[in-house]
Amino acid sequence: MTGREGGKLQRRDVLASILAARGDALVVSSLGTSTYDLFAVSPAAENAYLWNAMGQTAPVGLGLAIAQPERRVLVVAGDGDMMMGIGSLSVIAAQAPENLSILVIDNEGFEETGGQTGLSAGRADIAEIARGSGFSETMVARDEKGAARLPDFLWRQAGPVLAVVKVGASSDGPAYPCMDGPELVGTFRAAVLGDQPG
Amino acid sequence: MSQATAQNDDGWSRQVHGLAARARISLVTTVPDAGLTQLLQLCCDDDAMRVVTLSTEEEGIGMAYGAWLGGARALLCLQSSGTGNCINALALPAFTRSPCLMLVTMRGQEGEGNPAQFPMGRAVRAVFEAMGVVCLEAMTKEEVPSLFGRAVDMAFGEGKACAVLVAQQVIGVKDFAK
Repeated sequence: MTGREGGKLQRRDVLASILAARGDALVVSSLGTSTYDLFAVSPAAENAYLWNAMGQTAPVGLGLAIAQPERRVLVVAGDGDMMMGIGSLSVIAAQAPENLSILVIDNEGFEETGGQTGLSAGRADIAEIARGSGFSETMVARDEKGAARLPDFLWRQAGPVLAVVKVGASSDGPAYPCMDGPELVGTFRAAVLGDQPG
Repeated sequence: MSQATAQNDDGWSRQVHGLAARARISLVTTVPDAGLTQLLQLCCDDDAMRVVTLSTEEEGIGMAYGAWLGGARALLCLQSSGTGNCINALALPAFTRSPCLMLVTMRGQEGEGNPAQFPMGRAVRAVFEAMGVVCLEAMTKEEVPSLFGRAVDMAFGEGKACAVLVAQQVIGVKDFAK
């Protein structure tokens, strides 16, 4: 097994700097640490926190981006979640939603379950897989300089785009958003759809 | 498309497409099956519908949830083999009580020529029901549209996961002797 190299970047710092510029964007986060991070740094009714269905964060983001073409949708996925749904990158590239951005928070392991080494610690390169799936815009941030480019990369360009940020182990504890499924849906839909529930 | 399926359709695809259009379904996701050919073509030809080809069926569960969050309605069309791929993703509509509408064309039933299809074919209902999916099985072509209409109501009216299973005898049997 290849060891985790990771990065020195702190995941919540990076995410906070990106979401400071979120405007009216809709954000979907994968189960576990990404959901805790999103809730910790940018709690909003326009956040779709996932608590289960590992691998489905990018597909949820695609469905949302198609339904809300006028709004930017950001997927915040852990590397394990993205690897589990890696085929969805080719589906997204084929659909080419201009309003969809994907941020993979890559700690090269399974933090939630005890820090076991993940596939992106070894030979798997998620940004390269995205390119091979048909994404023309990808980037990898490994340090402060790279992280500083992320907000523009994710918000200003026509999608679909995918950025990987290599982060170190999290020093923050979990932060739990609402764990009631129907309430999560109701809150999000009320914020996005108002009294036009579709 | 070598399978002789389209001529066995007898209009159920057109009726299902009409019901889907009336229900304002705008997103149709699929890993295709021969028995879905005509329905998918009708959806492709409908400017109000977007047909998305998936890499694996569970992406259609995630996309349906995302679409619902954004105020749109989705339909996932799949072959019975793909139901097994959906298991963990079905926790999403179950947990959130969100609509999840599926149309499944069956393999591994009466008349199946490929014994490799039996295990998953036999398990479809048990797998789906274990994940809280209501299964409505159409044994005749006449039953398909009426059950699809009920499934639409259950999904979007009650926030349920609901699948119409189109029996293999409705679709026709793939002949491996050819």
